[in-house]
Amino acid sequence: MTIQAATATLSNMSLARRAWEIRRKAIRMGEVQGQGYVGQALGIADVLSVSYFHALAYRPDEPEWEGRDRFLLSIGHYAIALYSALIEAGILPEQELDTYGMDDSRLPMSGMAAYTPGMEITGGSLGQGLGIGVGMALGLKAKKNPAFVYNLMSDGELGEGSTWEAAMSAAHHKLDNLVCIVDFNDQQADGKSTDMLCSEPLGDKWASFGWHVQRVDGNDIAALVAAFDAARDLKEAKPRVIICDTIMCKGVPFLEQREITHFVRVEADEWQKALHVLDANRPE
Amino acid sequence: MNATHKYDPHRKWEARTPPKPGEGGRTSAMIASLAAEGYETVSAPFGHALVGEAKKNDRIVGLTADLSKYTDLHIFAHAFPERFYQMGMAEQVMISAAAGMAREGFIPFATTYAVFASRRAYDFIAMAIAEEYLPVKIVCALPGLTTGYGPSHQATEDLAIFRGLPNLTIVDPCDAIDVMEAVPAITAHEGPVYMRLPRGKVPSVIRQHRPDYKFELGKAKLLRDGKDVLVIASGFMTMRALDAAVELEAQGISAAVLHCPTIKPLDTETILAEAGKGGRLVVTAENHTKVGGLGEAVASTLLTHGVTPAFRMIGLPDQFLDAGALPTLHDRYGISTAAMITQIRGWL
Repeated sequence: MTIQAATATLSNMSLARRAWEIRRKAIRMGEVQGQGYVGQALGIADVLSVSYFHALAYRPDEPEWEGRDRFLLSIGHYAIALYSALIEAGILPEQELDTYGMDDSRLPMSGMAAYTPGMEITGGSLGQGLGIGVGMALGLKAKKNPAFVYNLMSDGELGEGSTWEAAMSAAHHKLDNLVCIVDFNDQQADGKSTDMLCSEPLGDKWASFGWHVQRVDGNDIAALVAAFDAARDLKEAKPRVIICDTIMCKGVPFLEQREITHFVRVEADEWQKALHVLDANRPE
Repeated sequence: MNATHKYDPHRKWEARTPPKPGEGGRTSAMIASLAAEGYETVSAPFGHALVGEAKKNDRIVGLTADLSKYTDLHIFAHAFPERFYQMGMAEQVMISAAAGMAREGFIPFATTYAVFASRRAYDFIAMAIAEEYLPVKIVCALPGLTTGYGPSHQATEDLAIFRGLPNLTIVDPCDAIDVMEAVPAITAHEGPVYMRLPRGKVPSVIRQHRPDYKFELGKAKLLRDGKDVLVIASGFMTMRALDAAVELEAQGISAAVLHCPTIKPLDTETILAEAGKGGRLVVTAENHTKVGGLGEAVASTLLTHGVTPAFRMIGLPDQFLDAGALPTLHDRYGISTAAMITQIRGWL
């Protein structure tokens, strides 16, 4: 494996515990606003845990360290999840959590590069992250910088033509320093992603575009670790995609059951209830 | 006007000091509603009006790019599932497909957010629809500053982008009545239309001030007369102008309000007649950057015809706007009723 500059200095808390901490922070931020994309945050927490506490090289006190792996949040509305991870990683101070979505906060509801340390790009106009990732991967190669680019996108973004332009471009340029993570939770604004614009067979599509493809249970930390390692260690000169099947609201069963989960309605008293559910299941 | 994030590398990640919850701080919400302005509201006026029109006209079809629920098109989808096309999160192909359906004789209503239609799908709208003068109606939620989500969702320049496009009719309705009456009007119009959409619970404003008001495509309507200032407004800024006029009257200032819901083609005849009466300050008011919107369209009309009253513009500044709570942002950028009153008083 590659450099672990940051993780070496952190405690050896388990990845499951890190994911739990990320979920807990996301719920606390949701309570500040009374709303938020907590369903996505709970679903992607395991992926973020493996990213920030296993795969990525970074320096918490130097967010723009040249040697860092770049982590792009194409899905701006997942900011609540990334802020949780950035706080957990020591890049953002925990006391800012209470300012989520407030006027003049550094933590706006949709992620923006100018606002937040550790937020590499302004996402939110969906379908742009992967193309930016192509450019950063080209740039890193031109600078002979061995860092990797990780782009986190949603299954909804698979509908955008720009995603497939970027996919074709990445393969054409043999970007073996680019890892695309697709959060496949099968939910988007109007309903199930597969009902909106079906992208299956998804693995075959990426493979036919020239990518190395893995599809894993995105809430299985051991599977994610193996997939991230394989993506990094692969010797073939092609970009890598890890399709992560995740469950919206994972870890809070009463929210998992909720029917419409793109923008989860959480009643005022349910935030504390959700925390209690998490607290009763704290990993070591 | 502090704490903007107009890009300045020296201000990146600047430490900000927001108030804590419960200490007077305001939080942003994703989808803003103007329902809490003291007016009665109508739920999903666009969706219901389109259903009514579609019952009479079987050429109408609906398309959306994963935003039916956020553009009120889900009402149409439930009423006419066989005439509704969910195109997924793919605005470009939605627009191209709408053009294709129009070529086959249909009248497609295509919905998304204003940012995505104007920025992402622009070339497709220009070439597949506008250049061909096809009857596609592009109806878009979150126009101007109607969300606290920041620039990715704030369509502050959509009118500027679309005004430059030949053949395209542009509508910026104020309220639920405007929307409901615009639907049959834009259906009847033979060419392409871009309409800004207030969605969800939409206030019914104008008829509370002017019971005989009717929306007419291409027409500006004088909603109240006044001798000191003439406010020419579109979109929800007409509501703000009416509220400001009531307040100004109490302060001894007489304000006329000319509602101009069709941005293109502009009703130059009415604007010239009203602005040409003389003796009044003319103020334009729009939920849009001051660059390239209603204000500049009116200014150009006046100067071209040699009508030169004292003239000022109320609108958004030429910058990417902050994220935050809408009331905060409307105050900060000068388009709240209070900010409007302050500006007008300062100019008189």
